[in-house]
Amino acid sequence: MRQAGTAQPTPRSGDPAAHSDDRFLLEVQDLHVHFETSRGVVRAVEGISYAIRAGEIVALVGESGCGKSVSALSIMRLLSKPAGRIVGGRILFEGRDLLGLSDEEMRAIRGREIAMIFQEPMTSLNPVMSIGRQLMEPLQIHLGMSGEEARERAKELLGLVGITDAERRLDQYPHQFSGGMRQRVMIAIGLACNPKLIIADEPTTALDVTIQAQILELMRDLSRRLNIALLVITHNLGIVARYAHRVNVMYAARIVEEGTAEEIFGAPRHPYTIGLLRSVPRLDRPRSEKLETIEGLPPNLLDPPKTCRFAPRCPYRIANCDIDPSLFDTEHPEHRSACHRWRELASLAGAPRTVPAEAAERALADETLPALAVEGLTKHFEVSAKGFAGGKAVVRAVEDVSFSIAPGTTLGLVGESGCGKTTVGRLILRLEEATSGRIAFEGRDLAGASGAELKRLRTRIQVIFQDPFSSLNPRMTVGQIIAEPMRVHGIADKRRAGERVAELLTQVGLYPYMAERYPHQLSGGQRQRVGIARALAMNPSFIVCDEPVSALDVSIQGQIINLLEELQERLGLTYLFIAHDLAVVRHISHRVVVMYLGRVMEIADREELYAKPLHPYTRALLDAAPVPDPVIERTRAPRALKGELPSPLNPPQGCVFHTRCPLAIDACRAGVPALEELRPNHFVACIRAKESLGRNEACSGPAPS
Amino acid sequence: MAATTTGSTLPSRERSALLRFVVEQPLGAAAFVVILVMALAAAFADWIVPYDPEAIDFSAMLAAPSPAHPFGTDAFGRDILTRIIYGARTALSIGLLSSLLGCAAGAVIGVASAYFGGRTDLVVQRFVDILLSFPIIVLALVVVAMLGRRLVLGIDVNLIVAIAIPIVPKVARVIRSAALSIREMPYIDAARAAGYSHARIIFRHMCPNVVAPFLIMLTAFIAQAILLEASLSFLGLGVSEPKPAWGLMLAGNASDFYREAPWMVIFPGLAISLAVFAFNLLGDSLRDWLDPKFRT
Repeated sequence: MRQAGTAQPTPRSGDPAAHSDDRFLLEVQDLHVHFETSRGVVRAVEGISYAIRAGEIVALVGESGCGKSVSALSIMRLLSKPAGRIVGGRILFEGRDLLGLSDEEMRAIRGREIAMIFQEPMTSLNPVMSIGRQLMEPLQIHLGMSGEEARERAKELLGLVGITDAERRLDQYPHQFSGGMRQRVMIAIGLACNPKLIIADEPTTALDVTIQAQILELMRDLSRRLNIALLVITHNLGIVARYAHRVNVMYAARIVEEGTAEEIFGAPRHPYTIGLLRSVPRLDRPRSEKLETIEGLPPNLLDPPKTCRFAPRCPYRIANCDIDPSLFDTEHPEHRSACHRWRELASLAGAPRTVPAEAAERALADETLPALAVEGLTKHFEVSAKGFAGGKAVVRAVEDVSFSIAPGTTLGLVGESGCGKTTVGRLILRLEEATSGRIAFEGRDLAGASGAELKRLRTRIQVIFQDPFSSLNPRMTVGQIIAEPMRVHGIADKRRAGERVAELLTQVGLYPYMAERYPHQLSGGQRQRVGIARALAMNPSFIVCDEPVSALDVSIQGQIINLLEELQERLGLTYLFIAHDLAVVRHISHRVVVMYLGRVMEIADREELYAKPLHPYTRALLDAAPVPDPVIERTRAPRALKGELPSPLNPPQGCVFHTRCPLAIDACRAGVPALEELRPNHFVACIRAKESLGRNEACSGPAPS
Repeated sequence: MAATTTGSTLPSRERSALLRFVVEQPLGAAAFVVILVMALAAAFADWIVPYDPEAIDFSAMLAAPSPAHPFGTDAFGRDILTRIIYGARTALSIGLLSSLLGCAAGAVIGVASAYFGGRTDLVVQRFVDILLSFPIIVLALVVVAMLGRRLVLGIDVNLIVAIAIPIVPKVARVIRSAALSIREMPYIDAARAAGYSHARIIFRHMCPNVVAPFLIMLTAFIAQAILLEASLSFLGLGVSEPKPAWGLMLAGNASDFYREAPWMVIFPGLAISLAVFAFNLLGDSLRDWLDPKFRT
């Protein structure tokens, strides 16, 4: 077990900062922030208050646009001028009001007393300065260190954040570091001057799940060892459960609930928090038939409702909700909720619905012709290598991938970034040409199709993209976007296409009048619905969903997942669902393929894979995935998977996973393990799994071709 | 919720496009009026000007501005106001048409080059390199010398082509770089996955998204085209004396007299500046107006 049991007890019995309980390190009091826009004043933050003690980890959770980042930027006084203005409130840091300081005094605090870590490690480091210079800069500016002193300290800092070989690494540039390593460097820069508070704005959102676990572990560890307070801003309730002592939930520029992590996750007292917790699919609970969602959209902050802000979306709304509630104390000290009905909520909301999905399980008959079968699919990209006469290097994006999808089912394709899952989708869509391998769609060869045949097949296979902001042409109206494929393929004339657009918009949960709108006039979730409507326009039978919900807020994510499932049921669609979120994949898929560095690691039916994973990589992924329950999270073992993803330019010899595998032996380096059927219908590419299984269960499945 | 944003879009849709432009882009509308006045003056010059533009009047050589000659006269005693009004014909026809032609060709080449990529891109861009390596005036000279003159409705078509050709590679290069990032947008992938033709993707999906840099270059090149026309005229390859043209009025013998007769350079210069300024202003407002994001 971890030492956490003693070093980090629940805040109730003995917070690490309990001795300084009465003195807060940072107190935000009744903060108001306005943004002047051409359409009026956006009240981005309206009267929020929260406090952080020394050494404490506090989370600020909310969806995009709720004001969480704005409130953090206000602490640093980094709001973009002149649009953003702090119009009221106080920000006390060690008793001093930061809003009253001169720019000069404020600059002395930034980086020295309060450090900030940003979301995007790829762009928050300066690409033309060496890591060493960027680390030494704050030391020389704030602490007046000499060059040598600063370099010594920089080395120490890299060691602190777990980067080995510091001497050599200091002279390298950001592009020579992976995403996770860059975030470590960012943390080292944040730590440089021994700040008392670090504000981390979505510190792990851009990282893969196994790297995310490493970084969070590191940040918590550092906070405890160096007694640094952490303000973590995030939309992901899962990561908060494991690390935060206290949680503030924000909605529409206000804090709607605050309390200890145990209270917030165990006994939420605000319908929004309850909705957030229930709308994410969870790995620690049985899979439910349908996700519970929060209907509707957050209010427009140009003109927020005068009632309770959540009332229009709230399932427990009563007449009293017309009165804007303040934060009420609940029976638990430090737990406050802005809901008139907080007392009754526990009984109103009841237990989460967990309809066992077994009843609705589709029969996966083996003998039916698969909707799509992929065999030995390989894609190599040539990139020019460095140097004048460097020649060509080969990126092995996809290597010998085989799987098939039964009609009317969903195949989940999971893996970390760079594992080739998106390339597989693009190969099937023929947006890229495969280097070798076969793709059969409804029994016909897709990889070799061209001309009219390809054009015809393209009406049968459609795609939904990840980013709803860039996947719709900004110069076309919603109606034009949806009607275009029908017009081009001569499916419908102008009048008929118009009717069909209205029909499709209704089908995806939008209104026909929205056909007149441009994409930028819609919210992210609405745009994704337009993307789905466009895909449906040609009556396809197969849809490649490339991370269709990962760019959306959690409350919207659930709505889109439910829509995709409904459409599948109604129209008999087959999906290839590409995603990195294991919980989402479990929820929607019938069968799951796990990929790593261009190769398939494991294929199995959903229940089998999540209950009895055989490949060590699948186990590591499941282990690293955060669960929104602090009680479960705190009893879980620390994450096993170490190291970084190797480059697909130069993948490891033998089993590609052996460099990070906790079970690796010499034989793993010798040869690429074949994908073998170790259990009925459960294929694994791992010699160690085969060994251990061979000892326990008798296995007799023939290897697949 | 959804209903809150509907109200603002509906009334503007009902209005006519022209009225909407006037309301939303008052500066652009003013610029449009200036250009319209110039165009009308040029078209109906025969009825509104007091003098014959080519009539030489030795009794009024280098006359200062006066009620009889509001803008003064030149070394041959020709009325400058008259010549400026007639000169608008050349300026508008050659400046606007050649810039439009050059930019449109350049934009299509640039977008296509970015869209097809690979070898096509390589070949097109090397050809663009070759064109770019010639000084603009030399290139235009060669074209004019090769094609000779061909008058259609009093406008030298080959002169327009000659001025347009040096514009093409510059626009192609800039538009290509803008199109390269559009090329990577998922909506282009979506269009390919829907089985659209190359031409449709280039013209319908990519071109409208590079309209912002296109309009900026278009308006910038109108000014250049007017000046290039003046240079060519000065070398005897463009419009030639005694035909009135703004560039020619500036570049011709005005330089010999500007000390004693500054109005000879001031007024044609003002005419060019006003035209260029109006086109720039109109281009900027058109860019904003065509961008759906700016619509409320």
